[in-house]
Amino acid sequence: MGSVNFKAALCGFAIGAINGLFGGGGGMVAVPALTNILGYGTKQAHATAIFVIAPLCVIALFGYIFGGYIDMQIVVPTAVGSVAGGFLGAGLLDKIPQTAVRVLFIAVMIAAGIRMAVG
Amino acid sequence: MSFILFALAGFLSGVLGGMGMGGGTILIPVLTIFFGVGQHAAQAANIISFLPTSLFALARHRQQGLLRTGGLAVIIIPALISAALFSFIMAALPADMLRRLFGVFLIVLAVKQIADLKKYFSDKKKKNRAQNA
Repeated sequence: MGSVNFKAALCGFAIGAINGLFGGGGGMVAVPALTNILGYGTKQAHATAIFVIAPLCVIALFGYIFGGYIDMQIVVPTAVGSVAGGFLGAGLLDKIPQTAVRVLFIAVMIAAGIRMAVG
Repeated sequence: MSFILFALAGFLSGVLGGMGMGGGTILIPVLTIFFGVGQHAAQAANIISFLPTSLFALARHRQQGLLRTGGLAVIIIPALISAALFSFIMAALPADMLRRLFGVFLIVLAVKQIADLKKYFSDKKKKNRAQNA
């Protein structure tokens, strides 16, 4: 049990570090931590990962407030658009070929990643 | 004008996020590369956009009985401490360095997704073979 707790705590630290630095992406560690260390099923792990990450986003907000990085002229329209898009995306889940979207998504991520890392 | 463009960027990332593909990985590059938003401000917009969406998602998952929150303190407490610590490191980093780090992070995420896809296809193949046998 001790080693399970230690591994879970270590993953928790990594999830917080990723979310603190990049404002997201902690799910990449949270989902495998929940399935592999705590024995969650895949669907439960994806759902519960949001429960783990949401409070981290609230905490991380202080870094942005402290640094003066909250620009309401950007935040308000993106948040409104994002919520509306979220509903559409959830509704489209069963209607669009997921694998095709995912492959396209991965290609965009690689292109953007290279552009941002070396550009 | 920029209001509409920002809303469109949010909408696009929201659609992807709603399909469970991590909308922030699109929103942040779109804001920085195409609209010239600073890396910190783009991340702030993403994190704030994620919060209301995540509350809706949590309510839905809870209804479906998918949330299992017992015994999570062992993950959440260290995560809260490191999130606070690293958000102040983030705030102190120069925008250029944070943008490069984020780019590397995107590539790592993409490689992870490719590995997941490969596993999905090989599992599917095995399943088909088992059904045909």
